Order: sequence, then structure tokens, then C-alpha cells
Amino acid sequence: MLYRLLIQVLAFTGGFCIMSLELLGGRMLAPYFGSSIYVWGSIITVFMTSLSLGYLWGGRLSLRQPSLRRFGLIFLVAAVLLYPLVFYAESLMNQVFLRFEDPRYGSLLASCVLFVAPTVILGMISPYSVRLLVTETHHSGHVAGTLYFVSTLGSALGTLATSFYFVLWFEIDTILTLLTGALVAMWAAASVASLRA
Amino acid sequence: MKALVFCAIAIAAFAPAVTDARVIHSERSLYQNLLVVEKGTQRCLQFTVRHDQRNQTCLDKSHPKRMVFAYTQMMMAALLLNPDPLRILVSGLGGGTIPAALAELLPDARIDVVEIDPTVVEVAKRYFGYVPGPHTRVYVQDARVFGKRAVLSGQQYDAIFLDAYNGDYIPEHLMTREYLEETRRLLKPGGVVAANTFAISRLYHHESVTYEAVFGTFFNLTLGQSANRIVLATAGELPDETLLVQRAAAWEELLEPYGVPIRSYPPRMTTEPDWNTEARVLTDQYSPANLLRELD
Repeated sequence: MLYRLLIQVLAFTGGFCIMSLELLGGRMLAPYFGSSIYVWGSIITVFMTSLSLGYLWGGRLSLRQPSLRRFGLIFLVAAVLLYPLVFYAESLMNQVFLRFEDPRYGSLLASCVLFVAPTVILGMISPYSVRLLVTETHHSGHVAGTLYFVSTLGSALGTLATSFYFVLWFEIDTILTLLTGALVAMWAAASVASLRA
Repeated sequence: MKALVFCAIAIAAFAPAVTDARVIHSERSLYQNLLVVEKGTQRCLQFTVRHDQRNQTCLDKSHPKRMVFAYTQMMMAALLLNPDPLRILVSGLGGGTIPAALAELLPDARIDVVEIDPTVVEVAKRYFGYVPGPHTRVYVQDARVFGKRAVLSGQQYDAIFLDAYNGDYIPEHLMTREYLEETRRLLKPGGVVAANTFAISRLYHHESVTYEAVFGTFFNLTLGQSANRIVLATAGELPDETLLVQRAAAWEELLEPYGVPIRSYPPRMTTEPDWNTEARVLTDQYSPANLLRELD
């Protein structure tokens, strides 16, 4: 029971971080590429593509000795790939800006450079969490449905919290640090739980 | 009796504005809704259906040169800080009032206009008689991106007019310290920035400290009743009032057809902060301008 709740909290946090990061993406790119519709187009394209790859690889990873400990490691890797944005995002965007005149392709490339790595890893969370909770085939749809519910609810809340409040209270780098902290906390929780089990 | 006559005139003046307002063109562009509304002799470009002064730019068809709104007139106070600009950047086209006036007043000046919305450019030409002058170039681009590229290619301007907020939505990346620093780097020595910004809400304090962080002391030009205020800043020293008065006298006659009461500006231009100097500076990291505008 507690095990199931923990997996759901982890899935929720994963969803929260994905959408919070996506929303911050628009903020981060605007100084270099504007805030036109094509900038959002670039960001959404990159997030969707990255998530789709993450789903694929997360599902594949779940074939080999699935465990809570390994599930937790996904969060740690995502945190490790997310946090450097605080230090390198500016100079990376500047490099892209210098090389690409057209802000459409500039924003697309910059989104790739900044967001593909952490988002692919965050995408692995959903299929892996399904694998951890499914015990019988006839329950699989129910389990998957519940996990989609929880993680998409996390995404909705991540979107709302970031756009209504976080940007009013914090700097972008502070929010990125908080997201990293949340991911590390999820790794810690999963690690502790897997030691006790 | 006098009061009665005044009332009658006032009613006569207002009545057609209320009853005759008709939409002659409406269009949904990539960025906003555009409405061209005609009221009596006035033709206005509105960006929302609300009849909010901040949302429009108007043309008086019986006096096409005359600037209808006080804030547009007040932008011309830039000429008091730099009376003879040869390179001009105008960010935000609207109905083309400001760049058209500048091109007429300063026939030798090279003017770059940056407007993000191609539909606005079309509407300005078709409904507001905007014709770019022979030395004017209109760029359909995001002002921030244009500015960054202009810094890279070493462009410099004598006067920069920032008028990119349509009143309904503020492009938040155009209201940060970093953006103003980039703008400052585009200024020649003695160059001036005139920005049409907000006089109300909590945003006023944040915006003021942001301008101060980049330009130091600047002139604030407001009209009591207007929701707008004009920031006039330079990369160097601000001129003293004697010089401002002299320049105003020199410009008075030329600006008369545009309805710009230039001589009334110097006494109203103040460097005294009337904002909360402890407010947080807006940066690329922290720029919730649209949220701050909703707060008192």
C-alpha cells in the first residue's frame, strides 16, 4: 500500500517537473529568440519528441530487473542533467544565437540543446512506474490509468504553480534549483524505501 | 449660462463618439486582435474590444498630422534631450504616428522601425495612411532579437523610442534590466531613450527601479490623469532645465501641426523618484510584468 503510494508520489513529481521546466523554457528562450508562437512551437516539439523517446527507453529499461532502486536512479540522473541549466543555459543560447539568424531554427536548436537530455530521462518515469505496479495482466489498464492520472495531474499543477506563483516569487534559476531538489528528494525516498523492503 | 453652453458642446462632442463608433476592419493576427474603429473624424486602432485609451492609437482624419493622444505627444520630448537625431530606432509601429512624424520632422534621419506583427504593418499602411519615409526601414521582428543583433553588428542610434506595449499584454522580455542594457549599448554618446510605459499599479515601482538601475537618474514625464508615463533617459548627463526650455522654444513651431505642447514639458520633467526605491528590479530571471500590473 505504502509502496504504491510512493510510486504514485514519484510519478506525480515527475509530471510536475516536466511541465514546470517546459514553461520555464519559454522564459529562458525569450531574451534570445523572442516569445513568438514559433518559440513555443519549438519548445513543445522538443518536449514531445523527448518524452516519446523517454517512454520508449523507459519501457525497454523496465524489462531488465525492474526495481524501486533503479526507478529512483532515473530521478537522480534527471536531476544531474537538469541542474547544469543554471550555469550553462545562457552561454549555450548565446552560441546558438550567434550561429543562427532565423529565430525559428535558433529556438528549435536551443530547445534541443537545453531540454532534450533531462526531458528524455523524465519521460522514462511513466512506463517504468507502470511496470513496478502491475502484478496481473487484467489489472494493467487500471494501474496504467491511475498512474497517467497522477502524473498528468502533477503536470497540471506544475504548470499552474509555475505560471501563477513561482515566476512571481522566484528567479528562473531558483525554480530550476527547486525542481532539481525535488528530483533528488524523490531519488532519496526511493532509495530509502528500497533498502527497507 | 457659460456652463450650460459648455455642457451642450461637451455633449455634442461626445455623442457622436458614442453612437457613431463603427468597426471598419477587424482581424485576428498571429499576436492579437486588431480592430479599426471609426468615431466621427477619428479612426483608431484597438487591440482589444475594450475601449481603453492604452489600447489604441488614433488618427484624426480632419487633421491627419495631429497626434490624438497625450502620451504620443509626450514621446516627442525626446527631442529636448537630443534635438537633432540622425539615426533613430522606433520599437513598436502601432498606427505609424511616431515614425511618420519623425520622418517628416527630421527628413535626413535614418529611421529603423521594428514591429513584431506583420498585420499591424499592413493595417498601418492601409487604414492609417502610414507611408515609410525614404530613409525609413520597417523590420518585422521581435524587438529584443533585433536589438541583440544590432548590438552585435555595432549599430548605434541617437534616439530610441520604445513603444512596444499595446496595453493589453506586456512582452515581458522587453521590460528587463538586460533588455535595457542592450538598448543602452545601442545609444551613441548623447543618445536618448524615450519609453512609453505604465504609470499605475505595482509595475510602476518595478519598472522605475529597473530604468534607474540601467540609466541612473532619468526624466519622468507624466500627466496627472493618464495611465501612461514617459521615461526619458540618456547614456550620459541629463540636460538642465535652461537647455530644455531653449530646445522646446526652438521646436515649438515645427511641432505645432502635430499638436505637441512641447513648451509645457520641461517644467513637468522630474528626476525625483516618486516610486518605491526598494522594489525588485525586473531581470531576465525575474520578469512577471503582467502579473505585477494586476497588483496594486
